[in-house]
Amino acid sequence: MGIPFPSNEWVEALMVKINESEAYRSAARTWEGDFYFIVDPEGSVTEPVIMYMDLWHGQCREAFIARDESVKNPEFRINAPVSAWKQVITKQLDPIQALMTRRLKLQGNMMKIMRAVKAAQELVNCCTQVPTEFPD
Amino acid sequence: MWFFNTPEIIFGPGALDYLEEIQGQRAFIVTDANMEALGFVDLVRQRLQKAGLTCQVWAEVEPDPALQTVQRGAQAALAFQPDWIVGLGGGSCLDAAKGVWVLYERPDLTPDGINPIERLGLRRKARLIAIPTTSGTGSEATWAIVLTDSAEQRKLGLGSRENLPDMAIVDPLFAANLPPRLTADTGLDALTHAVEGYTSSWANDFCDGPCLKAIELVFRYLPRAYADGSDAEAREKMHNAATLAGMGFGNSMVALAHSMGHALGGLFHTPHGRAVSLFLPYAIEFIARGPTMMPTRYGEIARFLGLPAATEEQGAASLVTAIRELMRQVGQPLTLQELGLSGEELEANLEMLATNAELDVYTVTSLRVPTHEEIIRLYRYAYEGKAVDF
Repeated sequence: MGIPFPSNEWVEALMVKINESEAYRSAARTWEGDFYFIVDPEGSVTEPVIMYMDLWHGQCREAFIARDESVKNPEFRINAPVSAWKQVITKQLDPIQALMTRRLKLQGNMMKIMRAVKAAQELVNCCTQVPTEFPD
Repeated sequence: MWFFNTPEIIFGPGALDYLEEIQGQRAFIVTDANMEALGFVDLVRQRLQKAGLTCQVWAEVEPDPALQTVQRGAQAALAFQPDWIVGLGGGSCLDAAKGVWVLYERPDLTPDGINPIERLGLRRKARLIAIPTTSGTGSEATWAIVLTDSAEQRKLGLGSRENLPDMAIVDPLFAANLPPRLTADTGLDALTHAVEGYTSSWANDFCDGPCLKAIELVFRYLPRAYADGSDAEAREKMHNAATLAGMGFGNSMVALAHSMGHALGGLFHTPHGRAVSLFLPYAIEFIARGPTMMPTRYGEIARFLGLPAATEEQGAASLVTAIRELMRQVGQPLTLQELGLSGEELEANLEMLATNAELDVYTVTSLRVPTHEEIIRLYRYAYEGKAVDF
């Protein structure tokens, strides 16, 4: 049985995986920037789910589900429906290609992301290590 | 979902004459002083003038153009108000022309803002013609813009699909007198584009054909073009190979040899083609040894070339051997030592080289992504010429 996505439990499990990952720590050692990963309504997800993650120098300092977008003012916001997140998390969709084709919609400095593509890739690798149960 | 973008391509002897049919008012030619000295600018200007266009030449592009150069070019374009931008030269000139065009259309942007996500809204003021004068860059067929951030001593990969040239004029006339060293550097650049374009993690059905054809053409015609620059057939085929490789990798990606080469070029100003091709055999050896779930496809390339490839491993080894033989044939350095780098220089800069290669966007499109420590080892192996065994 996996951890339901999206949920507070899932974000916290991801935070643990990130902080355990030597590969992420190395690839993101200079990264400074926090995110809203927003799961847009689709299917059984009827309200937006806002996952906040504060990523700093190869570590995740804070991760939780925000009740609304006013809780934090992160540097980056990435929106997508659950089907697109599922494809990224299960490595069926390259996250950079997903941003370029706007299947993941980014608000924030794309060039900063493009300078940290290896960190993005290791973040996805951490996601794959969380046993996940996706909604239908 | 993905895209396959290509400009209209006018190719073969006489292709340059197509400029006489261009409709417009004012053409802004982005090039370098060498193109002027060789008379290439005149060839272009005369044809554009026949078409009734007023021309302004901006010949201030330097090798590995800086962000600031592109900004200055855009200022000159803004003063001239062209409806065509014409990039003429090697990769530096064509990349600079793309950057100048974007900032002319969108003076509100900084070069850093030219990225694949923003909607740039180009072609309101001008369109872009790219005319390559070397047979290697492929820039005429891609939307990539490589500029140098001189403050960080690092090459930056910029670009948006919107800034793909509207038209590429691929006339072998310009390559007829390329000196042998430049012929080898640029030809091996095309080979590296094609091999990495075919084997990157973003490779796709639409890119496979152009990449394989480009690889075949380079193996067949680069030695001839290098040995006898007046071999018109070899020159034409190499010019076509470079554009085909651009169509291929421009819609997939390049990979590890490019990120290691970019890092080297950013620090030591090694010519681009020499730098990336030097690392190609090491990158293939490294990737082929990886525990990847995807086949590396080096075997497919080897089979296409008629090389032994009973297994993927044998195919990769055959390809590496063939590439090294080709590089020897055209007098190319196979190691960083042969390139002229001292062991002290390498060790003093190794950390920065590895960091820049690791951060390069093309590292993650490698089928096997190296760690920081593995990149350091790869540079050391490339220095000594050791076969990669990890």
